Amino acid sequence: MNNGNVLEMNGIEKSFAGVKALSQVDFRVKGGEVHALLGANGAGKSTLMKILSGAYEADGGEIRINGQALQIRSPADAKAAGIHCVYQEVDTSLVPQLSVAENILLDRLASSRGKAWLRWGSLYAEAQKILDQLGLQVSVRQKAGSLTLAEKQLVLIARLLVEEAKFIILDEPTAPLSLEEADRLFLIVDRLKAAGIGIVFISHRLPEVFRVCDAISVMRDGRMITTEPKTNLQPGDVIRAMLGRSFDEEYPKLDASIGDVVLEVKGVAAGHRVRGVDLEVRSGEIVAVVGLVGAGKTELSRLLFGADEAERGRVTVGGKQAKLSGPAAAVASGIVLVPEERRKEGILVGESVLHNLSLPVLRPLSRMGFISGSSERKLADGMIGRLGIKTPSSGQLTGYLSGGNQQKVAIGKWMSTEADVFIFDEPTKGVDVGAKRDIFRIIGELACQGKGILYLTCEFAEALGLADRILVMCDGRIVKQFARGEATQEDLLYYASAGREELA
Amino acid sequence: MNNKLLQFSFKYGALIFIGLVLLFFSLYNEYFFTYGNLTDILRSISIVTFVAIAVTISLTVDGFDLSVGSTVSLSTVVTATLMVWFQMPLVLVIVIPIVIGALVGLLNAFLIVKVRIPDLLATLAVMYIVSGIHKTYTKGYSIYSNMQMQDGTKAPGVMEKDFLWIGQGKLLGVPFPVILMIVAVIGAHLFFKYTRWGRQMIMTGGNEEAARLSGLKVKKIRTIAYVASGVFAAIGGILFAARVGSGQIDAGSPLLMEAVAAVFVGYSVLGAGRPNVFGTFVGAVLTGVLINGLTMLHVQYYTTDIIKGAVLVLALAVTFIHLTRRKV
Repeated sequence: MNNGNVLEMNGIEKSFAGVKALSQVDFRVKGGEVHALLGANGAGKSTLMKILSGAYEADGGEIRINGQALQIRSPADAKAAGIHCVYQEVDTSLVPQLSVAENILLDRLASSRGKAWLRWGSLYAEAQKILDQLGLQVSVRQKAGSLTLAEKQLVLIARLLVEEAKFIILDEPTAPLSLEEADRLFLIVDRLKAAGIGIVFISHRLPEVFRVCDAISVMRDGRMITTEPKTNLQPGDVIRAMLGRSFDEEYPKLDASIGDVVLEVKGVAAGHRVRGVDLEVRSGEIVAVVGLVGAGKTELSRLLFGADEAERGRVTVGGKQAKLSGPAAAVASGIVLVPEERRKEGILVGESVLHNLSLPVLRPLSRMGFISGSSERKLADGMIGRLGIKTPSSGQLTGYLSGGNQQKVAIGKWMSTEADVFIFDEPTKGVDVGAKRDIFRIIGELACQGKGILYLTCEFAEALGLADRILVMCDGRIVKQFARGEATQEDLLYYASAGREELA
Repeated sequence: MNNKLLQFSFKYGALIFIGLVLLFFSLYNEYFFTYGNLTDILRSISIVTFVAIAVTISLTVDGFDLSVGSTVSLSTVVTATLMVWFQMPLVLVIVIPIVIGALVGLLNAFLIVKVRIPDLLATLAVMYIVSGIHKTYTKGYSIYSNMQMQDGTKAPGVMEKDFLWIGQGKLLGVPFPVILMIVAVIGAHLFFKYTRWGRQMIMTGGNEEAARLSGLKVKKIRTIAYVASGVFAAIGGILFAARVGSGQIDAGSPLLMEAVAAVFVGYSVLGAGRPNVFGTFVGAVLTGVLINGLTMLHVQYYTTDIIKGAVLVLALAVTFIHLTRRKV
C-alpha cells in the first residue's frame, strides 16, 4: 500500500576533513516500500543514513518529503519529520530497568508536556495494543533488560509506531539475529510496509535482501551506482555493482616454503557468533579468513587466543593440544594475536614504545627478577629498526605514534617471542598505505621464518593478494575454501553474503 | 604561554611548594630547620609513609585499597595483644600481624578479581569488616601493659622493650622508624623501576585488557598487589604499636586520608601523572612539614585537617587539569 509519502535525497554531498565521503548522491524511498541500501564497507551508506537521521549535516544537496524541502540539522529534526533509525546497538536505545510498556511510550513519558501522574492501567493497555498490532508476544510489564536482543529490536520498532514514524531506517537489523528471529523480523517488516511506512533496509546478506525488499540501491566509493526494482536485478548484478572495477593494489608476496601443520582447530564454538569452526594452518602458510563485518572473525580470533572462553572445540599447536584458559596460556602454547582494537587491546597507549615491545618477553630479559636495561633497549632498538617504526626514540609514548606505527609495535612485541602461530585481526584497519605495505612485508617475513599465519580481514583484495589459502566465514561458520588464485572478489563476496552454491 | 606555565607547575609545583613551606617555617622559627626537628618530622611521617606505599601499590594496578586504615588498626591491636595477653616471642609478634595483613589483602583480591566487585566498593566493605573485627577482638578497649582484663585479673604481659625500640630507638643517631621508612621507600622504588614484577604491575594498571592480551596473568598480578598493600599497612600498624607503646583502638582510621593525600600529591611530583613511590614519599613529607610547622605556629591540631584537605584538593586539581589536557 502506498499512502503517497515520498522521501527524496537529491545531490547529497559530504566530506570529512577534506576527504569526499559522498558525492552527488540521490536516493528515493516511497511509503509502503522496503528499499535495500547496499555497499561494501566504506561505500558511504552509513554516512548517507546518518545525514538522513540527523546525526551528520550534509555539506550540500537537499532532502524533501512529499516535495517539501526539509532542514535536518539534528536527530530531533529528523524525528519531527517522521524519520527514525534503529541502530545496531539496540541496547543503548532502551532503558533496561523500565518495563516494555514504559520503553515503548518513553518519548511521551519523558516529555515535559506529559501529565504529572501516570495512569498505569491505560499505559499498559496502550502498549499492549501496539504490540498486538505488530504480533509481538512479550509481556508489557516485563523489564526491557530481560528481553532477548531480537525482542529488544522489536520493542524499539514498536516505539517508532507510537511516534508515528513515516520512514524507518533499519541498520543491519539481522546481523545479530538467528534465522528464526530474522524470519520474525521480516513478518514485522511486512506489517510496517502494509501500514504505509517506508523502510530503508541495510544488510550484508543478499538472500534476505532479495526476499524482503522491493527495490535495491547500491553505493560504492561515496556514489550511488544503481537503483532498480528488485525484479530487474540478479544477485550477480548487485555484487558487480558493489565491487566495481577492482583497482589492484600491490601485494609483495614472498615465497615461503610450506611445511607441516602448526595450527589445527576443530569444532571451536561459542554463542551464536562462532558456530563450530574447523581449520588448519601449515608452517610458512598464510591463511586468510574473510567475511563481512559481524561474520564472527574477531570472535574466532579471540577464542583461538584464549581471550574469550570457547564452549566447545579443540586447538592443537605443532601436534600438542593448546590450553586456552587465557592469553597467557595461549602465548605459552605458541599462539599470539594482534587484535583488531589496536589502541584498546593491542598496545598500551600510555606507555613507552620500549615498555610495549618488551612486555611479553620480560622474563628472558631479566635476571633474578631485575630487568636488564641494556638488553631491553637493545631489543627495542633492534625491533624499531627492523620493522621501520617511526618514533623519535624508544622512550616515546606509544599513543603519540601514527596508527600504522602503533600497529607495528603491536606486531613487534610478539616477534621476540617464540610463537609458532600469528593471528592478525584486521591489521590494516586505519593504517596508511605505506605502513600497510610494511605490515604485509612483515607478515611475509614471518611466513618465511616458518610461522603459521592466520589473517582475518573483511578486505577481500588483501586476502586475494596475500594469502596462500582463503576461508570464507559467514554467520559463524567457514562456508567455503579457495586456494590461491582460485577466487575473485565476486566469489568471496558472494559466499560471505550467505550465498549458496545452487544460486551461483 | 599559559600552557607552558601549566606544564611547569605540574612538573615542579609540588617540590617548589615544599621548598616555600620549608623556607617560610625556617624564617618564622629558628628551631624549625634543626637536625632534631627535621628527624622529628621524618619520624612522624614514617608510619603514614608505609600506609601510603600500600595505597600506591593498589593504585599502580589501577585499583584502590580503602581498607589500609583499618588494617593498620587491626595490626596494631593484634601486635599489642600478642605481647600483653599471650606473651609471644618477638618474631611471632612481628610475623603474625604481617600474615594477617596479607590475609586482608587476599580477601580484597578475592572480592575484586574473582567476584569482580569494583575495587572501591570491595575495599570499602572490607574496611568496615576489618574495623569491626579489631574492635570485636579487643571488645572496644585499647591494649596496654598489664591492662585490666574484663574478669578483673591483670593481663600477664607488657609491651617488650626490644619491641618498643623499633618505634622509639635510634641507630647511629637516626630514629629507627626513619631508617625503616627510607629502606621501604628505596626498596619499593627499585621494585617498580627495575623488576619484572613491578613493571608488570605498572602495565596492568595502564590498561588491564591490553596487558592481559599481551600474555600477562593480570589476575595474579592484581592479587599480589593487594596482598602487598595489606602487608605494608600491617607493617604500619606494627610501627604504630611500637611508637606509642600500646595498642590504640582505631589507630589507623585517620591514616587512610593522610596516605591518600600523600599519594595524590605524589602524582604531580616531577610530572609523573601516575602513582609513584618517590612522589608518595614527597607527599608524605609535605604533610609532615605542614603539620609540624603549623603546630609551631600554635594552630590548633583540629584545624590541621582543613590544611591537609586543602593540600589534597590542590594536588588533585593540578594533576587532573593536567591529565585531562594531555589526553593521549
